Amino acid sequence: MEEVLSKYKTVKDNEVTVWFKAASVDAFPNDGGACVKYKDLQIAVFNFSRLNAWYACQNLSPEKQEMVLSRGMLGDQKGIPKIACPLHKKTFSLLTGENLNGDLDPIAIYPVKIEDNFVYIGFSE
Amino acid sequence: MKKVIVVGNGMVGYKFCEKFVAKAGSEAFKITVFGEEPRPAYDRVHLSEFFESQDAKALEMAPRSWYEEHNIELITEVRISDIHRDKKTITSVDDEEYDYDYLVLATGSSPFVPPIKGVEKEGVFVYRTIEDLEGMLAYAAKLKATNPNAKAAVLGGGLLGLEAGKAVMDMGLEPHIVEFAPKLMPRQLDSRSSQVLQLKLESIGLNIHLSKATNQILGDEGYITGMEFGEDDKLDVEMLIISAGIRPRDELGKTCDLEMGVRGGIVVNNKMQTSDPDVFAIGEVALYNQMIYGLVAPGYDMAEVAASQIIGDADVLMPAEIDMSTKLKLIGVDVASFGEPFMPASKGHSVIFENKTQHLYKRINVSLDGKSLLGGILVGDASDYNMLHQVFLNGMAIPEDPAQLILPATEGGAFGSALDLPDEAQICSCENVSKGQICGAIKDGSCEDLASVVSATKASTSCGGCKPMVTDLVNETLKSLGKTVKNVICEHFEYSRQELYGIVKVKKLTNFNEVLDACGTGHGCETCKPVVSSIFASLYNITPNKEDVTQDTNDKFLANIQRNGTYSVVPRIAGGEITPEGLIVLGQIGSKYNLYTKITGGARIDFFGAQLNDLPAIWKELIDAGFESGHAYGKSLRTVKSCVGSTWCRYGLDESVSFAIALENRYKGLRSPHKIKGGVSGCIRECAEARGKDFGVIAVEGGWNLYVGGNGGATPRHAELLAEKIDNETVIKYIDRYLMYYIQTAAPLMRTAAWLDKLEGGIEQLKKIVIEDSLNIVEELEKDMQFLVDAYECEWKQAIENEDMKKRFSHFVNSDDRDDNLVFVPLRDQKMPKHWEKEAKEVTL
Ligand code: SRM
Ligand SMILES: Cc1cc2nc3c(=O)[nH]c(=O)nc-3n(C[C@H](O)[C@H](O)[C@H](O)COP(=O)(O)OP(=O)(O)OC[C@H]3O[C@@H](n4cnc5c(N)ncnc54)[C@H](O)[C@@H]3O)c2cc1C
Ligand code: SF4
Ligand code: FES
Repeated sequence: MEEVLSKYKTVKDNEVTVWFKAASVDAFPNDGGACVKYKDLQIAVFNFSRLNAWYACQNLSPEKQEMVLSRGMLGDQKGIPKIACPLHKKTFSLLTGENLNGDLDPIAIYPVKIEDNFVYIGFSE
Repeated sequence: MKKVIVVGNGMVGYKFCEKFVAKAGSEAFKITVFGEEPRPAYDRVHLSEFFESQDAKALEMAPRSWYEEHNIELITEVRISDIHRDKKTITSVDDEEYDYDYLVLATGSSPFVPPIKGVEKEGVFVYRTIEDLEGMLAYAAKLKATNPNAKAAVLGGGLLGLEAGKAVMDMGLEPHIVEFAPKLMPRQLDSRSSQVLQLKLESIGLNIHLSKATNQILGDEGYITGMEFGEDDKLDVEMLIISAGIRPRDELGKTCDLEMGVRGGIVVNNKMQTSDPDVFAIGEVALYNQMIYGLVAPGYDMAEVAASQIIGDADVLMPAEIDMSTKLKLIGVDVASFGEPFMPASKGHSVIFENKTQHLYKRINVSLDGKSLLGGILVGDASDYNMLHQVFLNGMAIPEDPAQLILPATEGGAFGSALDLPDEAQICSCENVSKGQICGAIKDGSCEDLASVVSATKASTSCGGCKPMVTDLVNETLKSLGKTVKNVICEHFEYSRQELYGIVKVKKLTNFNEVLDACGTGHGCETCKPVVSSIFASLYNITPNKEDVTQDTNDKFLANIQRNGTYSVVPRIAGGEITPEGLIVLGQIGSKYNLYTKITGGARIDFFGAQLNDLPAIWKELIDAGFESGHAYGKSLRTVKSCVGSTWCRYGLDESVSFAIALENRYKGLRSPHKIKGGVSGCIRECAEARGKDFGVIAVEGGWNLYVGGNGGATPRHAELLAEKIDNETVIKYIDRYLMYYIQTAAPLMRTAAWLDKLEGGIEQLKKIVIEDSLNIVEELEKDMQFLVDAYECEWKQAIENEDMKKRFSHFVNSDDRDDNLVFVPLRDQKMPKHWEKEAKEVTL
């Protein structure tokens, strides 16, 4: 399972080499998320419409290594946008991937851009 | 700068550091700590929790960074081998030398291993460190792989041995306790209480062997296969945990000629000084008053004394009397003893209450003049331990008839409020926090709620046993200052659930963002979103389909999420009644979708392992066959359990099944602060366990008795009688009023039992509100309930009939593929998800 985890590495904006066209904007619920498949990766993508912002991170919860984060609940902790894992409500910053209520390893996060009503996720190959 | 060296980084060594750096003047000292174990000090008292969590970090007293932040040098995995008192230096095993001005020995103790032939065999363990536990888990897993019925014994039936016995049981091995003495917990219990405890432990599956002297550990091939007591007296076991007492780790004291006790331990005075005034000893290595105290609280007191003495505060001394009261923290078995548990008749009188059928034994020892409490023993129900212990410690007056202190169900209890305790009363004995400190923190304005009091005083941060009392003290003090005890929901709402309920209702708000904009801040979170969603549902019966992104994950997908991210499916089977045809359809659906199937504890059928993508199809088939949602995923009505009742049963007094079905159908889908369960029994034999439910109805001669506020679960509580001999309509009327009042006033995730406990005036007050209408609200309550009943709609039917709502049930937005991360393994004739990594529990196939 460590293997699966090692496939997910944070991509910074300036490292993007591939913009993957995931789905149209309206496939993602307002203030909610959905999971995108890219090659053998599962990426959770969130439409934080209250903040007018989009975020993406690995779908894998680092605690028990299940593919569930896209089904979690969005929120903020003192202004930091975060996602709560649906299994045990561990929360992660969507800005840095950091675990906000424990000392789990950070999750990988990915850049998102919206063009012509489509959602693109940035990867570096 | 003066140098302090601490040898031993266990619970007490750590506590010394914590107390030392908190003192004024500590900047003038440099502390270096040596620990032999590979990790920083951890909470040994809660070591058994490691079996479940396997999370060593969670047990840490403080992370390494804490030591750095406080300028303490922590050197782990290094054992100190010598002390040179003449040079004031110590050396480590790798021959490094360090000098000190003050030396603190906190080397603790090690388990005593009796010299029995064969103890060195593989499979024999002691129970002290995380590494010991890791060894046991690995060995147990190996055993079970070859023998699903493997047995393990614990040598020693004391406090720790029983805890180890429970651990053995949790590891899935057949547990045996072997004790040399003729009774369990010989240091704390008298023979009668020990017998009651034995019955209780046997009833939960522990096998107890008393008066057994072990001669030999058997096993020909280097690993244990059994224990031999007498010639023909053997016990086959594949694993053994030795818990036969402790021996102080005093070897350093011996080699440098400190004064030692005859049976070990480094002798200290009331300043915690050894025979060398610059060398201190604290914790389980220290022999004080000719005693080694195998408990953490006296160790913490010693840490405080040594820290004060070294800093120069000479007035802080160890008290002569040390409280050895203890409470066993075995889940499900209450045992406690305090003060003087065994009382010779010449010193006082004992009052004893025993009820073997309920595994209950309570004994208190009272002074000859009947005025004070000297000690006691509680087995089976230790809920009064905190209060009795306080009465004992503070020498408080006791009732004229001391029996009132222990007789069951003394309404309102024989005790007054926690606020009646004197200020010196020690509330948290682990951290030595007094009532005065707790209340003072609120009164002087430095703390405003429970969380801040806990972090400022550290009360209840160790064993947690005093938590209820600390909570009460904080709340009562706040109240006495005229402050409302505010239970705000989270950082986004400065309101309690009840207040928010009122705001939403008055302002007629109907979606989450509206509520946030009207009376909150920020953007919400996983705490407030479900609360607001539940309020909408309780007010308007809005189903989770409407705003799924603000629902808890189970509500969002109308199914319970399982360990591996798949879901379970539970159709409603009202009252537990189902036709054979219905059962056949369920069987066909389970088999078609290859779902793990079992009968639940709520007397209905649960299918597990459904993938997100399949949920709508499964539910379509169920609904087509006439089933509907069972709301197993919601904080809502679950089941109304029934017994077969007068239609078949020879004792039945009324039709319990018919009534259970009617009640379940009336309240199905009703969202509330927590889940609600009901039960209907046909006579007082109570086969439906109605008194363990949030509402319970029992047929008696002349009508139904209605009980409310019952709970199984983590804190079981029997429901209390609300009304007697009433007819069906009256039962429904009262339940309507009671549930609606609960829904409007309870805190989030508070079951009716806890709510009723907190309701001022308790059941009597509830009777006034529900039956006598003292608040003049019952008409409104009934109307609100009728509205919700009429607004019911099966949310699964709603979801599968609406393409938009159905969209959320797919794993990917951009592909029809399924989660490729899922791995199932066979389980008997069905399947289960692969175990989480690091999980040692093995399943026998
Ligand atoms: C499936 C079932 C166990 C089984 O296989 O038999 C079960 C399973 C779960 N129970 Fe239960 N409980 C089940 C009957 C019970 C019972 C027995 C009963 O209802 O008579 C109890 C004790 C009675 C009571 O509630 O007073 C029970 C007391 C709990 C508790 C403790 C509640 C408490 O007040 O202390 C929890 C935890 C909670 O709700 O916070 C819990 C939580 C859970 C959860 C929801 C935990 C979770 O979040 O994953 C489990 C998942 C359900 C699922 O379907 O995936 N379950 N649970 C039973 C479903 C009954 C049903 O038909 O709906
Ligand atoms: C399973 C279990 C349950 C318990 N439950 C309770 C309970 O419910 N209530 C209660 O009050 N108490 C309980 N206890 C007892 C409690 O844990 C001890 O009283 C407490 O840990 C004593 O602290 P200590 O620092 O003196 O010793 P320890 O915690 O043993 O620490 C001593 C440390 O010093 C190290 N050390 C020893 N010699 C050297 C050396 N020469 N050089 C370097 N390092 C050295 C050891 O490796 C160890 O890490 C329990 C104990 C166990 C094992
Ligand atoms: S509770 Fe009474 S009616 Fe119901 S099954 Fe038991 S004995 Fe029969
Ligand atoms: S698996 Fe995500 S928090 Fe536990």
